[in-house]
Amino acid sequence: MPRLPEEEHPNKAFGWAARDSSGVLSPFKFSRRATGEKDVAFKVLYCGICHSDLHMVKNEWGTSLYPLVPGHEIVGEVTEVGNKVQNFKVGDRVGVGCMVGSCRSCDNCKDNLENYCPKMILTYGAKYYDGTLTYGGYSDTMVADEHFIVRILDNLPLDSAAPLLCAGITVYSPLRYYGLDKPGLHIGVVGLGGLGHVAVKFAKAMGVKVTVISTSPNKKKEALENLGADSFLISRDQDQLQGATGTLDGIIDTVSAQHPVLPLLGLLKSHGKLVLVGAPEKPLELPVFPLLQGRKVVGGNMIGGMKETQEMIDFAAKHNVKPDIEVIDMEYVNTAMERLAKADVKYRFVIDVGKTLKATS
Amino acid sequence: MRNLVQQSPMVLVLAFKRRLGMMFGTVGNCDVWNCWMRACYISRHSPSGFCTLEITAKVKEGNVEISRGREATKGFWLAATDKSGTLTPFNFSRRETGDEDVTLKILYCGVCHSDLHVLKNELGVTSYPVVPGHEIAGVATKVGKNVTKFKVGDRVGVGVLVGSCKTCECCQQDLENYCPQITFTYNSLNPDGTKTYGGYSDMIVVDQRYVLQFPHNLPLDAGAPLLCAGITVYSPMKYYGMTKAGKHLGVAGLGGLGHVAVKIAKAFGLKVTVISSSPQKESEAINRLGADSFLVSSDPAKMKSAIGSMDYIIDTVSAAHPLLPLLSLLKVNGKLVTVGLPNKPLELPVFPLVFGRKLVGGSDVGGMKETQEMLDFCAKHDIAADIELIRIDEINTAMERLAKSDVRYRFVIDVANSLSQ
Repeated sequence: MPRLPEEEHPNKAFGWAARDSSGVLSPFKFSRRATGEKDVAFKVLYCGICHSDLHMVKNEWGTSLYPLVPGHEIVGEVTEVGNKVQNFKVGDRVGVGCMVGSCRSCDNCKDNLENYCPKMILTYGAKYYDGTLTYGGYSDTMVADEHFIVRILDNLPLDSAAPLLCAGITVYSPLRYYGLDKPGLHIGVVGLGGLGHVAVKFAKAMGVKVTVISTSPNKKKEALENLGADSFLISRDQDQLQGATGTLDGIIDTVSAQHPVLPLLGLLKSHGKLVLVGAPEKPLELPVFPLLQGRKVVGGNMIGGMKETQEMIDFAAKHNVKPDIEVIDMEYVNTAMERLAKADVKYRFVIDVGKTLKATS
Repeated sequence: MRNLVQQSPMVLVLAFKRRLGMMFGTVGNCDVWNCWMRACYISRHSPSGFCTLEITAKVKEGNVEISRGREATKGFWLAATDKSGTLTPFNFSRRETGDEDVTLKILYCGVCHSDLHVLKNELGVTSYPVVPGHEIAGVATKVGKNVTKFKVGDRVGVGVLVGSCKTCECCQQDLENYCPQITFTYNSLNPDGTKTYGGYSDMIVVDQRYVLQFPHNLPLDAGAPLLCAGITVYSPMKYYGMTKAGKHLGVAGLGGLGHVAVKIAKAFGLKVTVISSSPQKESEAINRLGADSFLVSSDPAKMKSAIGSMDYIIDTVSAAHPLLPLLSLLKVNGKLVTVGLPNKPLELPVFPLVFGRKLVGGSDVGGMKETQEMLDFCAKHDIAADIELIRIDEINTAMERLAKSDVRYRFVIDVANSLSQ
């Protein structure tokens, strides 16, 4: 007989979970494992709301296991460390992102690419080594293996640091891997949401010229004045697209909805790279001639390994890259999800877990 | 606009948008052009992005066309005049050997699948009459006074391009093949507005920059196909980093491109798996070409067992085909490079790219410096194409066989011997 979530592990925990694909979140009692010898346990202070959370609570990818406690942009303060933990101590400001486990022995893991390990364990909605379900950061406490914990330096506010743990690494990693991080290059960022706005900030911090490409003309002012983009292109305006043909060294495409690739390939210079970090469910149409003619590339990317995630956090601290957030109370979360579905947020909701998550009796 | 000759199929007026690549015009049976060939027709006058091109009117005299303002050098070639693609003898003229030019007596010319596509106007870009052939090998018979790299008697070749702007960033980086003003060896326009005609002929005149030196130990006949097929697979191997000994390369398709890819990859020390829908090619692939293994792409069990086993794939297949099975064969960070020419977009599943940081890239022949490097590499490693020599009068039959992939693996026209008979 399977045990109740609150009886699975010795340490009581409390959070908000979705019970079914309606995606509605409500208070949920569960438990966390005892802090193992390599584990770091921390009090959750803030958790970012990623669009993936919305996909998962509604089972839009067909992989959700309920009850589902989402949240993989988790930050807080260490409360306990296992006796073999070397890099963290009680009181440290730390975070956990999208993964809490991997095999640690495959080529990917050895290359600091735990995110591509075939046995990578997601922070929520996945089976941990002991067979229990993982629960994410819409909760009061978190425990994770030291390897999957990142340190957050003092000069980075915890609330705005939270979204870096998914949105940040999702765009930082491809900027580095695809060589789009060199001063003087010119990139496009397609979509101006949680991912897109952080991409603009990181790229600017790297000295890269940025054009935001969006379907929403009303985002132009924001993009140029608030986020520091150099220019703005409305993707449905043929004249604007034509005027920008062959101007971009790369494009970070954050859009998950189906959209045509051909106009984006046209914006690339020869040898340009289109990097997809959103994941449309259905295949896109790939015209081959533009790839051949300009030796162009379409690539993908998914978050980053732990080493790179720490590097990204440190870079953000050094260059003052802070996501734009709207801090909300725990009880606002369902409304936030509805607004997120309509992209009505600038640009990331962050739940003030520490102050507003109240355990029910 | 100069005088137009009523009957000539060669006269055309073009106006086009520079970058969207839509070009409107009629040349006999020529349809609206697609993006692929827009580079052929770029004017020198393009301040606004809209270009018009003036064409030297051609006057037909008898069955010999003479370009106004240029002296004719009479010769012989094979041309197709409509989309049946049937090649027939056709007299012609070439320009005089200019100061920068090398004149070649053509001894051999490879038959590339692109020739077939263009003959039949399958890409919608053909301007008839068309003389294909861009795997040209021969001997230099005349050189212009500024030519320093070649002398009379040199064994030389010409590949896919015979001109570029020479000043843009691509040209300055030895990437003339990506120059927006590239002039292809055939079915293209020279800066002076005259058409280019390819190697199914007995001679050609080309700027020295676009002429290759054949290494002394590389045979002209089996080396000719390297000028397109060879560079088409060599260049992406270098650019996409597919040259680390011990890594695993998949070659999809075993034809003109594929078989050369196997040979070059083995010379780089790669492990090579041929991926093909034709099980009967396995013995050839392994025993004759040196591939390490063979995967039948239509066998789901075999494909499943090879999931995540390859570092790279060179996809030489032109027919429409699904990318997902090929992407699945790649390891994390794997690269699939497409060098074939499907005329419809492919379906690109995004999840495999995102979840494996994989990429799909393109590549289109190579620059002149790299093409020479490729020839030297092949000579050093004793690599040449597997060819079937044909006479000129066998070309149409060869084209029919090529359409059915009935060749191991490249036809090469034995031009000189055909003409001497």
